[in-house]
Amino acid sequence: MLLITCPHCGPRAETEFRNGGEAGIVRPRDPAALSDGAWTGYVFTRQNPKGRFHERWCHAQGCGRWFTAVRDTVTDRFLSFHPAGEQPDEAGR
Amino acid sequence: MSQKARIAQGGRIDRSRTIRFTFDGKRYEGHPGDTLASALLANGVHLVGRSFKYHRPRGFLSAGSEEPNGLVQLEMGGGRTDPNFKATQIELFDGLVAESQNRKGSLRYDRNAVNDRLAHFLPAGFYYKTFKWPAAFWTKVYEPRIRAAAGLGKAPTAPDPDRYLHRHVWTDVLVVGAGPAGLAAALAAARTGARVILCDEQPEVGGSLLSESGRGITVDEVAPDAWLERAKAELGQHPELTVLTRTTCFGYYDHNYLGLLEKVTDHLADPPPDLPRQRLWRVRAKQVVLATGAIERPLVFPDNDRPGIMLASAARTYLNRFGVLVGREVVVCTSDDSAYDAALDLQGAGAKVTVVDQRHTPIGERVVHAQTAGITILRGQGPVGSQGRFRVAQLHVQALDEAGRPIMGRVQALSCDAVLMCGGWNPTVHLFSQSRGKLRWDEGLAAFVPGEGMQEERSAGACRGSWTLAEALVEGLAAGTEAAVAAGFEAHPTPAPAVREPVLGPHQPVWLLEGDRAGQRAWVDFQNDVTAKDLKLANREGFRSIEHVKRYTTNGMATDQGKTSNVTGLAIVAENLSRPIPEIGTTTFRPPYTPTTFGAFAGPSRGDLFDPVRRTPMHGWAERQGAVFEDVGLWKRAWYFPKPGEDMHAAVERECRAVRNAVGMFDATTLGKIDIQGKDGAEFLNRIYTNAWSKLGIGKCRYGLMLREDGMVFDDGVTTRIGEQHFHMTTTTGGAAGVLAWLESWLQTEWPELQVYLTSVTEQWAVIALQGPKARDVLQAVLTRGDISKEALPHLSMTEAEVAGIPARIFRISFTGELGFEVNVPASYGEIVTDALHRAGQPFGITPYGTEAMHVLRAEKGYIIVGQETDGTVTPQDLGMDWAVSKQKDFLGKRSLSRPDMLSPDRKQLVGLLPVDPKLVPGEGAQIVESPKPKLPAKMIGHVTSSYHSASLGRSFALALLSGGRARHGQRLWVSHGDGTAEVEVTAPVFIDPEGARLHG
Repeated sequence: MLLITCPHCGPRAETEFRNGGEAGIVRPRDPAALSDGAWTGYVFTRQNPKGRFHERWCHAQGCGRWFTAVRDTVTDRFLSFHPAGEQPDEAGR
Repeated sequence: MSQKARIAQGGRIDRSRTIRFTFDGKRYEGHPGDTLASALLANGVHLVGRSFKYHRPRGFLSAGSEEPNGLVQLEMGGGRTDPNFKATQIELFDGLVAESQNRKGSLRYDRNAVNDRLAHFLPAGFYYKTFKWPAAFWTKVYEPRIRAAAGLGKAPTAPDPDRYLHRHVWTDVLVVGAGPAGLAAALAAARTGARVILCDEQPEVGGSLLSESGRGITVDEVAPDAWLERAKAELGQHPELTVLTRTTCFGYYDHNYLGLLEKVTDHLADPPPDLPRQRLWRVRAKQVVLATGAIERPLVFPDNDRPGIMLASAARTYLNRFGVLVGREVVVCTSDDSAYDAALDLQGAGAKVTVVDQRHTPIGERVVHAQTAGITILRGQGPVGSQGRFRVAQLHVQALDEAGRPIMGRVQALSCDAVLMCGGWNPTVHLFSQSRGKLRWDEGLAAFVPGEGMQEERSAGACRGSWTLAEALVEGLAAGTEAAVAAGFEAHPTPAPAVREPVLGPHQPVWLLEGDRAGQRAWVDFQNDVTAKDLKLANREGFRSIEHVKRYTTNGMATDQGKTSNVTGLAIVAENLSRPIPEIGTTTFRPPYTPTTFGAFAGPSRGDLFDPVRRTPMHGWAERQGAVFEDVGLWKRAWYFPKPGEDMHAAVERECRAVRNAVGMFDATTLGKIDIQGKDGAEFLNRIYTNAWSKLGIGKCRYGLMLREDGMVFDDGVTTRIGEQHFHMTTTTGGAAGVLAWLESWLQTEWPELQVYLTSVTEQWAVIALQGPKARDVLQAVLTRGDISKEALPHLSMTEAEVAGIPARIFRISFTGELGFEVNVPASYGEIVTDALHRAGQPFGITPYGTEAMHVLRAEKGYIIVGQETDGTVTPQDLGMDWAVSKQKDFLGKRSLSRPDMLSPDRKQLVGLLPVDPKLVPGEGAQIVESPKPKLPAKMIGHVTSSYHSASLGRSFALALLSGGRARHGQRLWVSHGDGTAEVEVTAPVFIDPEGARLHG
């Protein structure tokens, strides 16, 4: 079971959290102006990288807040945790 | 003299007390401190089991948790029976009752022993090749017989009467294994002040030192057992150090999360009732020290599986720890120096010992000691066969060439009553491997050792291939200190211990010794009866990957998970394929390290504590009304209210008629309720619902659909404007938590600029639905304040009022198509108000109805239920609900609705179905086809989503999703029914009051 550090509550067991998939996906400002392909990319296409991955977690059984974590998908090691609105330093996922 | 193999003195048993036990119905005696295995051996019992497939007589191979043969069924009385216990791990207690397993008749005269003579017909994977014809025979004849013959113990049939508990703990350092390395590590870590847990599967700490005679060894000038006593005394002095004995670390999971199983009372004849049987520790450790030791390898030679043939280390444990001499005439076969300790110890206890060393020139210090002690050593020779029916009587040895192959020629027969094997040692890397660490093959040690680690752990001592006591103590000290420092503590300066011990010579493995007679079998996996021949056959038939060989032959797949067979099996496969061992790879070690009771995993989470139960405030009232309940998520909901003599069908018909003709009452408390406040509430609703909310007046209600971004319906419900900046949202019962999380995620991450605050109020409001033409009359009778007239409270509006003196929000909402009110009162008043409404309703024929009638009533009106008419692939257009979709504004999922796939005319659309036979109720989920006897594979054009008998219609009806359904109204189609099909007519999905006159009444 992963140990996840909520930026607001500290380290807690994985069972307290809900995973929200890839982080940093911004909802298009004007969806109607998008081509079918561009919209489909926003809704369905995800990076699923091998290695560093920015992902969303919600401390569902705790403070209820969403935050971003950087996790290595190969080792499952967490590299950093960020409250909503804070960008991880390093680019790329 | 019952315990004839017990030596006069020595061992860690309590000879002052004698305890009795029963094995296969026969009574024996032993002493406290014995295991079942040591006590049986003390009584001269070597035959303890029959093998899995060939039903060969078997004895103990080991003295520990790696035991493949000595499995027994423990009978504990009161319905308690546990199969597949390793007798080597069962602590003896007074009155213990054990039975051997996998035999037909007695152990000596097992009727399935004939299998051994049929061995030619039972090679690896025989069940894949034979028993093929006739096909029907496999399930009816072959498989049951094979299963009956090849078995382990019997599973208990009664519910487990024991109690199991869980502990969740944090620690700075967890040390697994309390042998010399583990003890040194735990003490080193504890001296820094760190919080330390030390666990070991044995009933006392000491590990290999418990089996040590101490010949030629000193630690800091004292004998090893004196060092052990010193260490034990220090353990008690560290307040932050917890020592868990009888505790196996069975699993190493992510982020230093480890599972420990503590056997609390298994060793007690009369466990105190306040103690659990076992305790599962879930440990999160900042740092881990693995000091799990090593497991000796058996030798693979023909007929190496007779009772009396065991690991050298096991014989040493039985002697030094339990005072049991396993044989008087002993042959020690080895490729390693360590077996000489056993030779010397057993000789010292009075046995006649011969050593057969596969090495041509063994040079270790122990070899010299053995020679000096007068032990005969046959160098450059190895075992190639054995004799003896229920116990080994003869060992055949032959000279080996430099590569370790037997040289054709003279076979010497040595008479004996025990054979001790040592094929070197395997570091116990199971936990390291589970932690995702990579194993490395060490050619010099001829063993897998921990390579690159992935977690915060380190190994010390034999589990990393460091065989000597000096290495174990020094590495333990270093590992314990390093772990504590890594956990944030300051190192405590401790000098390394000074150890004097015999110098080891090199190990030289011979993986497989083949005899010169054809058809001989040499066992690799004792528990699953896998021989070297089977591995060879698998390789010959083309299996190359070790994972495939393993599954085909079942090598290493038994309850011992190949602790004594995996590496030898791998090495033999490598030889067969002429490839180096590291290229063959290794199989993956998975938890649990040793079998772990299901009860321990379940812990207290069973029976009433399996899941939380949610009950509405009116639950007791409904119970008194005779309700039958159904589970909806965690909720208990009243399903129907049968009167005496009524079945479900009759009760539901009566309840439906009451709602259509008079009035019914329904507990709608379980609907999700979210209180929405803040100045941007209307804008927020605009974004998450498909329809528009800005212009909704205060006190007005509106039905809304929520979509995911892919355009699929995800939830629905009625939301009401309570004030300018205040809304009350309802969701489906099952979707409540998910909807709140969904809304929160948008507010927190995408629209932080919106000032909107969400609170779940599902459990704060009790909701009583009154439905039917007489609903207003009933409500009026108990209304103490407010106006619920048609003019003051039209359909889809809300008023704050008082019902039976209780402040209430009354919503004019209908999920039945009838005149309806949903009375919301603070939860604690739910039962009082329910009762008041029920009394007031008596003159009007009020009838409580349950979820089943609710389903029928809403389906008659074509009202959907999310999750029943929808399944995550259904859009609002598919449901014919375009009226609820705004053309003007954007909302979540809107853009998806104009994707080409969404506009396709052959999408499945919601329709009604009327079976041509009005009594026939199609099954929900039944497929729809275009002809009564379609050609297979049939083209399926839709499926039934809801299907009931309707009291109002006097016939059956159904809702369905049908490809291009709206254009098919009036068509005749067929639905799958039983073994055939049933004819139906496609209609609009509204069966009652399509104009809505009753609704607005």
